[in-house]
Amino acid sequence: MIGIVRPEKANDVLEALYRSEVRGFSLSRVEGHGGELDRVETYRGTTVKVGLEDKVRFEIAVSDPFVQPTIDALCEGARTGEVGDGKIFVVPLEQVVRIRSGETDDLAVTPVKA
Amino acid sequence: MIDTPFLVAAARIDTGDTAWMLCATALVLLMTPALGLFYAGLVRAKNTLNTFMMCVAAIAVAMVMWALVGYSLAFDGDNALIGGLGYAGLHGVDFQPRAGTAIPHLVFMAFQATFCIITTALVAGAVVERMRFGAFLIFAALWSVLVYAVLAHWAFGGGWLISGGTLDFAGGVPVEMGSGFSALAAALVVGARKDYGRQALLPHNAVYVLLGAGMLWFGWFGFNGGSGFSTGNPSVLAFTNTLLCPACTLLVWFLLDLLRDRQVTAIGAATAIIVGCVGITPAGGYISPGWAMLLGGLVALPCYAVIVFRPRTGVDETLDVLAAHGVAGFTGILFVGFFAQASWNGVSDGLFFGNAAQLGDQALAALAGPAYAFAATFLLLKVLGALMPLRASEYEEARRLDVTEHGEEAYPTGEGAILVTPEAGIEEPVPVADPA
Repeated sequence: MIGIVRPEKANDVLEALYRSEVRGFSLSRVEGHGGELDRVETYRGTTVKVGLEDKVRFEIAVSDPFVQPTIDALCEGARTGEVGDGKIFVVPLEQVVRIRSGETDDLAVTPVKA
Repeated sequence: MIDTPFLVAAARIDTGDTAWMLCATALVLLMTPALGLFYAGLVRAKNTLNTFMMCVAAIAVAMVMWALVGYSLAFDGDNALIGGLGYAGLHGVDFQPRAGTAIPHLVFMAFQATFCIITTALVAGAVVERMRFGAFLIFAALWSVLVYAVLAHWAFGGGWLISGGTLDFAGGVPVEMGSGFSALAAALVVGARKDYGRQALLPHNAVYVLLGAGMLWFGWFGFNGGSGFSTGNPSVLAFTNTLLCPACTLLVWFLLDLLRDRQVTAIGAATAIIVGCVGITPAGGYISPGWAMLLGGLVALPCYAVIVFRPRTGVDETLDVLAAHGVAGFTGILFVGFFAQASWNGVSDGLFFGNAAQLGDQALAALAGPAYAFAATFLLLKVLGALMPLRASEYEEARRLDVTEHGEEAYPTGEGAILVTPEAGIEEPVPVADPA
């Protein structure tokens, strides 16, 4: 699952994910363009229209029972109601391998109990 | 016939004093951009420019207000509470020496103006990352007159503190306690940042913080060293104490850091430099180098305690102006009451050298300065808040004030930026896709 959200909402998303017991994910900073207004910036005589907004991209591998809770958590954490809140892409996963133990698929995305 | 103003005018200008005071004025002016850098490093990357611009804006509004009325209210006459309007619009401020100095009145005015500027910029530290830039401009303009000029009159310009015997060498009352306790009031009225207490709001560039602190220290040699208005002994003493005192503060701060976390922190070191410079500000020309070193060590303790304690309160006094300036200025002012030494300053002894009355004068200033600064700033912001929104909207605060207030970024990549030419006629943000 891939979720692209506002950088200022990333913390709220993290909180919501933890509350839903989703504990494994990667996060990267990306720039992208959705339907939001372009912002206009001026540096001395140079005025530019900036079409790319900073976003944060979550990549989350989950087993089937966790798909809906994860979607709910992303929506709950990332929504402001304004254009530019982001998207969630749910995609099928061929295979998951946990490198340390060689576990695969569901076992590999189940958090290790302490 | 010869009247008093003529006699004052006939006093001699000293070229050495004037040369030094011209340099000192430039040194103090540098402190404001240095403070901007220091503050910019302490906030999140998205608010870098907005924070820096508050300090730059202080130069603009405080300087203009100072020339129009602030200087006159601070330095015209020796009424107990407030100066007159004789120098309003810099009327009569010219090449003749300022009474009590051997430097031209213009240089005196310019030197004092740089104090007003840096003090106004200091208060911004309490309200960064959320206050509207426009509201801050109006606040800064009014604050520089209603709070700074009044306190400067009390402590420097012939008001009731200086005429009552309070010793304040370079501005423990108007600059340090004035900004520190005003900052507390401003933080209370404007309110905490929306993420305060929920998220870690961390400094984004510790190198800016260290460089800003270093440049502030450099400028402080003009600030303290110039406050004798001459190249005489008080200036020499204050200049050297400005080297000794913060060095001791740094060492003690290292020790406190080690005791607390077993590590010496860079942002702690930058803070210690400020605290040490503030501590010596009221005391510079009044205490011996040895006592200045003790003051440096001592001033670290209450300031460190307040800096550790403050984040546990709900008060988002964001950049700890109260701890670094208010509490350190308070400590310095009281220290003079204990350890002022007539054999070094030629003016007065403190309690330790047999003159208990001096401590009383210092304690009075240590109570009156903060009380006025806090109350006046609180009222001023309450009134302004009733007339206009003080804060940026929650959406703007979440996005980034650099873009919403100034239309610029501190670290633009240029990626995705499309050049807008006047011929294209694009003046407003254009919706690229209609979300509906």
